[in-house]
Amino acid sequence: MKKGRRFFKNMLGRRVPEKANLFGEIEPYKKADKRHIKYITEDQEFSGKVVNNIREALEKAGIKDGMTISFHHHLRAGDYVLEMVMKEIAEMGIKNLTLCVSSLTAAHECLIDHIKNGVVTGIETSGIRGKLAEAISKDCILENAVIFRTHGGRARAIEQGDVVIDIAFVAASCCDNMGNMNGQTGKSAFGSMGYPMVDARYARRTIAITDNLAPYPVYPISIPQTLVDYVVVVDQIGDPEKIGTGSTRKSKDPVELAIAKYASQVIFASGLVKDGFSYQAGSGGISLSVAGYLVDYMKEHNVVGGFASGGVTSAMTEMLEKGYFRTLLDVQTFDAGAISSLRNNPNHLEMDASMYADPFAKDCVINNLDIMILSATEIDVNFNINVLTASNGVIMGALGGHPDTAAGAKLAIAVVPLTRKRIPIVVDEVINISTPGESVDVVVTEYGVAVNPRNPVLKEKLIEMGMPVFDITELRDKAYRLTGIPNKPKFGDTIVGIVEYRDGTVIDTIMNVL
Amino acid sequence: MKMNRMRSMLFSPANNPKMYLKAPVFRPDCILFDLEDSVAFTEKDAARDLLCEAVKVLDFGSSDVCVRVNSLRTPFCEKDIKAIVPAGVRFIRLAMCESRDDVIQISQMLSEAEKESGVEEGSVKVQCSIETVKGVLNARETVTGSDRVVSLSFGAEDYTRSLGTKRTREGRELMYARMYLPVVAAERGISAIDTVYSAIEDAEGLKAEADMAANYGFTGKSCIHPNQIDVIHSAFMPTEEDVEHARKVMTALEDAKAKGEGVFVVDGKMVDEPVIQRARKVLMQIGE
Repeated sequence: MKKGRRFFKNMLGRRVPEKANLFGEIEPYKKADKRHIKYITEDQEFSGKVVNNIREALEKAGIKDGMTISFHHHLRAGDYVLEMVMKEIAEMGIKNLTLCVSSLTAAHECLIDHIKNGVVTGIETSGIRGKLAEAISKDCILENAVIFRTHGGRARAIEQGDVVIDIAFVAASCCDNMGNMNGQTGKSAFGSMGYPMVDARYARRTIAITDNLAPYPVYPISIPQTLVDYVVVVDQIGDPEKIGTGSTRKSKDPVELAIAKYASQVIFASGLVKDGFSYQAGSGGISLSVAGYLVDYMKEHNVVGGFASGGVTSAMTEMLEKGYFRTLLDVQTFDAGAISSLRNNPNHLEMDASMYADPFAKDCVINNLDIMILSATEIDVNFNINVLTASNGVIMGALGGHPDTAAGAKLAIAVVPLTRKRIPIVVDEVINISTPGESVDVVVTEYGVAVNPRNPVLKEKLIEMGMPVFDITELRDKAYRLTGIPNKPKFGDTIVGIVEYRDGTVIDTIMNVL
Repeated sequence: MKMNRMRSMLFSPANNPKMYLKAPVFRPDCILFDLEDSVAFTEKDAARDLLCEAVKVLDFGSSDVCVRVNSLRTPFCEKDIKAIVPAGVRFIRLAMCESRDDVIQISQMLSEAEKESGVEEGSVKVQCSIETVKGVLNARETVTGSDRVVSLSFGAEDYTRSLGTKRTREGRELMYARMYLPVVAAERGISAIDTVYSAIEDAEGLKAEADMAANYGFTGKSCIHPNQIDVIHSAFMPTEEDVEHARKVMTALEDAKAKGEGVFVVDGKMVDEPVIQRARKVLMQIGE
């Protein structure tokens, strides 16, 4: 220490220098900030972050006009949280909010009134369904166009600061007074907290809402106390009947089985099914039937997969338990069986949306994905897929992880019936593009398959196997022969939705329907 | 007529529009549009109209089309024939076919319809549906009633009723008919199609029954649900060894013909007419 340096005394009377080489300016000690208990001292006992009600949490978090607030949709159609919070906000007279929600379901129709009353003026989400979607598509009730983001794209936008969340509301089926929480236990258990795990990390304020305040510390910890500002206890965060999607089983529908059989033959032909391979599929009947054929093949060829990922159903947890996959990576848990597996099976891992699919993360799970089974509302002759709007142009679906997984997987297979209720599914041009055709490798219908021209080797192989391989225009023609060529919907000139690609670029625009 | 392979005949009620579009997807060897038992009396005309329009415009892919027409003892049979021949149907299953006279009568009806619609006489082929005690006992004579007869099929429901017994899972009550009818078909050189297996969920039971039918000499089986097709096809599929041998026989036959030789040898064994016929049947079953 050099001579001539100036010292001063801190609160305890110790000499500390004004500056030190590596320290720079020194801040002297002031107080210990010890928590005091009233039975020992006369101070008020610290009771953690629990506040009396949602209103108090909102006031303490500093809710005000123009803010961006976030919610998540793990409670699916059974969610009570968004409605409870929005009711309080509306009663407080707050206006002009932007909602950043991982997805909107039938449980969120209350937003129609909040939009009409000016409480909500912007929505950023993965998808919208039902009456809310119709009101936005047809009646143009929302002042600003909805920004549609994929699950990976949402995580990216939050991490990059495209979206700044002022207050994140996190539903927790189990939470302690400090805010440690999970969705795995309690009467309203819903499983993985994949989406709000990202929100809580970046939001200015995070409010946990629980119907199950458990002794400290709650474990497992999906979102830790370090990220949580307030905890609100309510009677019920959701309707357990509607939180789970119900037990999901293989299809008995012969059309779906025919599609699943072709899809599984494509998978086997690809040569990707070998030890350590990875797989993701949706929760629909076709996907589950594909998994059934896959298991038979794995059994016969003695193959054990590395991981299965995405939204997890009990059909997948059964595969884990029987040793067909070593691990499950779970961003959203669909049913009671899968929730129990997440709680009890150490090889069933919770992951956040960033780890799942953020395109700008240093790496993400879907970049290691071998096979992805995709659904579609429509597919066009350029292999572009629409999962957002119906054939009448009205918003009715969700991007989810669709574009993320299609881009990340080595083999992305879209499984669709050629027609649904006299509507062609393979068409000339989709109403809206959610997933660009260049990331879709094969389209499988009950009539046969079409291979993206980018994959000539796979196409040759399928032809050699004697599979019914068609040019995608032939599938379109078959569909049109059965249904006729559909009239295009009539659109107005109001932009009701902007479809962001996962990297933040804009892939399409959704116009209002007349 | 070149006999296409007919391992499976998928029943499709003729009054169900959806099945016209979906049935070809499941690739049965033959789709059997039914105007008989699955269509109510009040629906017969509408079903017939729908069938005729569908046959005119739709593509049934790799599947042949057969129509089960109503029995000659109903007022509907003649109407069926008069409508479906001009619409393009070339293969019918005659319900409740019991005698040579039945075949002669339907053949005459077909000839008239062919003449009226400018179709070459004899183009429409017939499968005799044997589904009564009388039908079984007369079968050998029945199938000689016309050259149009290319196939026979067995219907167990009405058969057990006419026999005065009940159907069982094991099917012992059907044993006589099941052993006799393939013999009749083999003698005539036509195909024999076994009755349906109605327990849709019971894939194991279906497999056992289809294997047994193949063993008895049936060449195919009718079915009532698309999910039964794969099981049936595998039961009536020849082994790889059979296929290899059949191909060798046909190649050797061509060579012998080219050289003008009447007798030839395959794998050290002399080939005669029954061996050639068997080889043809095997290749037909795999679609060659």
